[in-house]
Amino acid sequence: MTLLACPSCDMLHDVPDLPQGRRAYCLRCNHMLVSGRRTSLDRTLATGFAIAILIVFALFFPFLSIEELGFSNTTTLLGVAAAFLEGWLIPLTLAVTASIVAIPLIRVALLIYTLFPIWRGRPPAPHAARAFRWSEALRPWSMAEIFVLGAAVALVKAADLATIGFGPAFWAFCAAVFIIAFERQITDAASIWSMLDNEP
Amino acid sequence: MNVLTAREAGLVSCHRCELVHDQGVARCRRCHAHLFSRKPYSLQRVWAWLIAGIIAYIPANLYPMLVTRQLGTTHEDTIVGGVIVLADTGAYGIAGIIFFASVVVPLSKFGVIALLAWSVTRPNSLSQHARLHLHEVIEFVGRWSMIDVFVVALLTALVQLGAAASVHPGPAAVCFALSVVFTMLSAQAFDPRLIWDRPDTPPKET
Repeated sequence: MTLLACPSCDMLHDVPDLPQGRRAYCLRCNHMLVSGRRTSLDRTLATGFAIAILIVFALFFPFLSIEELGFSNTTTLLGVAAAFLEGWLIPLTLAVTASIVAIPLIRVALLIYTLFPIWRGRPPAPHAARAFRWSEALRPWSMAEIFVLGAAVALVKAADLATIGFGPAFWAFCAAVFIIAFERQITDAASIWSMLDNEP
Repeated sequence: MNVLTAREAGLVSCHRCELVHDQGVARCRRCHAHLFSRKPYSLQRVWAWLIAGIIAYIPANLYPMLVTRQLGTTHEDTIVGGVIVLADTGAYGIAGIIFFASVVVPLSKFGVIALLAWSVTRPNSLSQHARLHLHEVIEFVGRWSMIDVFVVALLTALVQLGAAASVHPGPAAVCFALSVVFTMLSAQAFDPRLIWDRPDTPPKET
């Protein structure tokens, strides 16, 4: 039995240890208390490394290219982030860099830092619980998937002006977005917390 | 149904890792997050961020979002102007996405957060389940408003073709991004447990 307070309405529940695949919901507000998933360290770490590699790859290769009337231009992901590097638009550069590159990478790095020692069968790294807490807290600020939808909209707009080509970084970033969504589906925070429970 | 909340039982659940502690413990012994029974000053922070978000949304609609120079002519498009241009060229789907993300979502989010924050201090104004649904909606949709900022960033980085065509961001981009971030902070400051606290245990700012 585990004592849980519903994070949404604060009602106390004595949750029995459920078999894998069984979910538990709050009796009052129907918020999911137990997801029924067990985090597989193999799979979560694999997705973590894949996301990191794809995003770093996407940073350095051409993202999109454009051509019209003999003029042409190629942009990388960093070029997109630097789009607002004029005058008082600079804060926006920081916000865009953070939400599409820095925060997704930091999240994945914290996740790997938390899980890798456990996967190796060692005790958790120092401050692993803090690292995982930050990894979870940063989730809503990681906006890679919104950026991809934005890219689709921008392509339709720019297609009127000129001819557009996709670079390898575009496909790498799309793949990263899919794997981020998959990572979210297979990772259960509660089971990672219980792995960290024995931290001194 | 006999409901006993953690607070009534003298317990505090960590808002990050959900480990249950006795009241009076300052930090979670598992993840070291600050412990609190209810988010501190939840409603004040909700209103403050919300008002900031609404203020930033006004210039975001008055100033141009996107400045397009094409073969010597210059277009300045506001958010709504950009939607109209897209609809005129026949791209109704894209126009719909942008209109939804940049106009419908922010405006309804302002309204929903205000309604929620107003109703938790007035127990008979809305049912608890209605408030619960409102809270689920604002948690989910807020981030998607950033899409127009990303569109402007991409177009600016990509469409730099000298005299043929070039695109530059307008002042509205900053205002709009600020408005989205402020309303996200406002939604995160709201503590859903306030929906359920009974009027005889008034929300304590601890």
